[in-house]
Amino acid sequence: MREYFKNIYEAVATILVGMWVTLRHLFVPAVTVQYPHEREELPPRSRMQLYVNIDDCIGCRQCERACPVDCIEIDLIKAGKDEDLGLTSNGKKKPFHVIRFDIDMAKCCFCNLCTFPCPTECIYMTPNFEYATEDRTNLNYHFANYTPEQIEELVKREEERKAALAKAKEAKKPDQNA
Amino acid sequence: MEPLLKFALDLIPGLSQLPHWLFVTLVALVAAAVLFGFASVFSLFAIWLERKVSAHMQDRLGPMEIGGWHGWAQTIADALKLLMKEDIIPKEADRPLFKMAPAIVFAAALASFAVIPWSRSFIPSDMNVGLLYILSVSSLGVIAILMGGWASNNKWSLYGAMRSVSQIISYEIPISLSLITVVLISGTLSMQGIVHGQEGNLLSWNIFRYFPFMFVAFVIYFIASLAEVNRTPFDLPEAESELVAGFHTEYSGMRFAFFFLAEYTNMFIVSAISTVAFLGGWLPPFEFLSFIPGPFWLFGKALFLVFVQMWLRWTLPRLRVDQLMYTSWKVLTPFSFALILIVSFWRVLTL
Amino acid sequence: MAQNNNFPETRYELINPDPLKTDEYILNMGPQHPSTHGVLRVLLKTDGEIVEAATPYIGYLHRTFEKHAERMTWPQIVPYVDRMDYLASMNNDLGYALAVEKLAGIEVNERASYLRVIVAELNRIASHLVFLGTYGLDIGAFTPFLYAFRERERIIDLFEEISGSRLLYNYIWIGGVAWDAPEGWLQKVADFCDYFEPKIKEYNDLLSFNKIFIDRTANVGVIPADLAINYGLSGPSLRGSGVKFDLRKNDPYCIYDRFDFDVIVGEGAKGTVGDSWDRYFVRVQEMRESVKIVRQALKDIPDGDPKEKVPRNVRVPAGEIYFRSETPRGELGYYIVSNGGKNPVRVKVRAPAFSNLSILPAIAPGLMVADLVAALGSLDIVLGEIDR
Repeated sequence: MREYFKNIYEAVATILVGMWVTLRHLFVPAVTVQYPHEREELPPRSRMQLYVNIDDCIGCRQCERACPVDCIEIDLIKAGKDEDLGLTSNGKKKPFHVIRFDIDMAKCCFCNLCTFPCPTECIYMTPNFEYATEDRTNLNYHFANYTPEQIEELVKREEERKAALAKAKEAKKPDQNA
Repeated sequence: MEPLLKFALDLIPGLSQLPHWLFVTLVALVAAAVLFGFASVFSLFAIWLERKVSAHMQDRLGPMEIGGWHGWAQTIADALKLLMKEDIIPKEADRPLFKMAPAIVFAAALASFAVIPWSRSFIPSDMNVGLLYILSVSSLGVIAILMGGWASNNKWSLYGAMRSVSQIISYEIPISLSLITVVLISGTLSMQGIVHGQEGNLLSWNIFRYFPFMFVAFVIYFIASLAEVNRTPFDLPEAESELVAGFHTEYSGMRFAFFFLAEYTNMFIVSAISTVAFLGGWLPPFEFLSFIPGPFWLFGKALFLVFVQMWLRWTLPRLRVDQLMYTSWKVLTPFSFALILIVSFWRVLTL
Repeated sequence: MAQNNNFPETRYELINPDPLKTDEYILNMGPQHPSTHGVLRVLLKTDGEIVEAATPYIGYLHRTFEKHAERMTWPQIVPYVDRMDYLASMNNDLGYALAVEKLAGIEVNERASYLRVIVAELNRIASHLVFLGTYGLDIGAFTPFLYAFRERERIIDLFEEISGSRLLYNYIWIGGVAWDAPEGWLQKVADFCDYFEPKIKEYNDLLSFNKIFIDRTANVGVIPADLAINYGLSGPSLRGSGVKFDLRKNDPYCIYDRFDFDVIVGEGAKGTVGDSWDRYFVRVQEMRESVKIVRQALKDIPDGDPKEKVPRNVRVPAGEIYFRSETPRGELGYYIVSNGGKNPVRVKVRAPAFSNLSILPAIAPGLMVADLVAALGSLDIVLGEIDR
C-alpha cells in the first residue's frame, strides 16, 4: 500500500522537475545558426574541397598513389631536353608536362591523405563546401591548364619519340645476333 | 427560445420573415460553417504554436522563413502541400472504411463544439444535458480510429488502432467521474448552468472550491483528457519511434490532414470543457475586468491549457500499454471514486 | 540456458504458418524503421503484444571493409577504419594504430599519446551523447535528443579545428597523430569540460530519474551476468550487468594506466541488476568519468611535436597480432596478419556491436513490442560496425 502512494508521489515529483527544466529552456536563446542568412566561419583545416595549384605541380604522382579511392588521375609527358618549364614557388624544377590532372570529387572520401606527400604543397584542402552542382560530371575537376591542341601536339611528339626509340632498339638487335 | 436563434434575430431582424424551418436550418448551417472555420483556423494556429513552443524548449528556432515574421504562414504552406499530394490508397485496403475514417474523426470533434458557451448570450445549443452530450459524442472518435487502423491493411496500423481503442475507452471513466464532481457542485448538466454556478471572482471557480479536492479532480480530468486526445505521455497509437505513425501510417494528403486537424481540434475541445467545468468558462477572474468580452476569456484559458498539453508532450517519455491501463484503472479511477464520495459528503453536510 | 538461434523455426513458420494458432503475428521491424539504429531487420513472432521470438537480420550495410584492407597500404586503411563505427571514429583509429605499432615496433611520442587520449575520450562522450538522445527518442522523450546534440555540436567543432573533419577524422595515424593542436585548442577543451559537467545533471533531471522513463526501462531486457559473459558482451552493456571489466583498466593500452578514473558498474538501483536502466545509466556516468580523464590529460600534456615519429613509409615485419581496445560500444579487436609487404594480408575486425546484438534473440521472449525497442536501444548498436 505504501508502495502505491510512493509511486504516485515519485511520478508527480519527477514530472514536475522535468517540466521545470523544459520551461527554463523556453527562455534560453536558440543556438540555431540560420543558414543561408548567417554563415559560420569554418576553421582553416576543414576538409571540404580539394584544390590544386597547378603551376606548382612537378608531376611526382605521390598524391595519386596515396589516395585510397583512386580519385586522382594524372597523365604526364616528359619535357624535352632543352625545354624549360620553369620553377615552382619553392624552387624546384618542373620535369613534366602535366597534361591531365583530374580529381573526381564525387569519389573523393575527404581523408586528406593526398596533401601530405606533395613536395611543393600544391594540393590542399579548403574550407569551401558550397559547390553542389546538378550534373555529377561537373564534380570531376580538371586542373591541368593545357588546351586540347597543345595536348594533341605533345602527345604526337611523345609518340614520335617512342617510335624513334623503338626503331633504334630494333636496329640494334640483329647486330647482336650475328 | 434558443439563445443562438435569439442572437441571430438580434443580428439580422429580417430573418424573422422566413418560415421557421428555413430560418433554423440556415442559422444552424451558418453556425456550423463558422465553427468549422474556427476549428480549422485554430488547428492551423495550434500547429504553428506547437512547432514554436517545441523549438524554443529545445533551444532552436522552429519555422522562420515562410511569411516573414517567425514563419507564421508555415502551416498554411503545409496545408497547401497536403492538398496537392497524391491520394494513395493501399491496394488491399478496405476502401469505404478507409475513406470514412478521417471524416468521422473530424465530425466527432466538431460536434462537440455545439455546446461550448462562448459568452452569456452565445452558445450554439443550450441543451440542459450539455455535458452528457459532449461525453457521448466525443467517444465516436474511437470508432473512426479503429476503422482507420483496420482499413489500412497494415499490421502496424492495426497495432496502433487496438492500443488506441483500449486507451480511450479506459480513460472515459476517470473523465466522467471527475466531471460528476463538477455536476455535484453545480447541480446541473447544462454547460451554461455550470458557468453560472461559478460567478463571483477567481475564488469561486470550481477548481478552488472544497479545496484541495476539486483541484485534484481537475488534475485527474487533465491527465485523462491527455489520454483521450492521444498526446504524450499517452501517444502510443501514434508512437513515432515504434509504429512509424500508428493508425494513420497509410494516410496521405488531405486525409492525413484531417486526422491532424481532428487531433488539434480535440485538444481545444477538452481544454474548453476543462475551462468551463473547472476554470469558470467565459467569466473574468475579477469583476473590474469584465469589459473584456467573454469569448476572449474562454479562448485565453483554453489556450493556456493547450500550451500546458504541448509542454507535457515535449517533456515526458511515453507510457507503455500496460502501464497506461494501470494508471487509468488503478490510480485515476479509485481516486475519482474517492473524490465523488468526499465531495458529495461535503456538499450534503454544508447544504 | 537460452536457445542458441531461433532462425530455422521462424523461417519455417513463415513458409508454412500454423493454421490453428490465430493469435500469432509475424511482424517485420524492417530495415527502414525509426527505432532500429541503422539498417537492421528484426523479424518478430508475437502473440498479441508479447514477443515470442526475435531474429535479427544484418548485412544491409556491408561494405567489404576487410576485403578492401587487403588492397590498401597501411596508412590508407585508416580512413576505411574510421567508417566502421562512425560515431566513435577516433577510437577505431586508435585501436588500429596501436595494433600496427605493436606489430611493427614503432614507438609513439608522449605528446601524441596524450592528444590521442584526449580525442578518444572526447569521442566517447560524443558517442554516449548520441546514445542518450536516440534512446530518449525510442522511449518517446523528444527533448533530450536536442539537448544531447547541442552538446555534441561543441565537441564536433573542437574536432573540426584539430583534424579538419566533423565525423570521420583520419586523425590518429600509425606512429602519432596527423596534426598538432592549433593555438588555444587545449584551452577550448578545458572550457568545454567546465561547460559540460552541469549538463549531466540536467539530463538526469529530465530523463534518467523521470518515473515514466524508469517504468519503461527498469526490469526490461534483464541480462544476467553469466549470460552476458557467455554471449561475449563487452563495454557498457556488460558493465550494466554487474561485471566489472573495462579494458582500460584490466588490459591497459596507450597511457591509460596513468589516469585515475572509476569503472562504473550497474547496481540495479532502480530494478534488477542488468536491466536497460542500468545499461543506460552506466553510459551516463561514463561521460562523467571521461571528463575526469580529459581534465587529467590536459594538466599533464607535454610539449613537443606529435608527428615526429610518424614514418614516411610504414614497414610492418611479418607476423600477426590481435589487439583490443575499449570503444564506447565495447571491446574492439583487430587481428592483423602481415607478411612484410606494403599491404596487410588480413585485417579482421572483432566488432563489439556484433556480439552485443547477438544477445537479442535470448532476451526477447516475454517482452512486449515496446520493451523490445527499449532493450534493443540499450545495447547501443551501430550497424556500420556490425556489417563492416
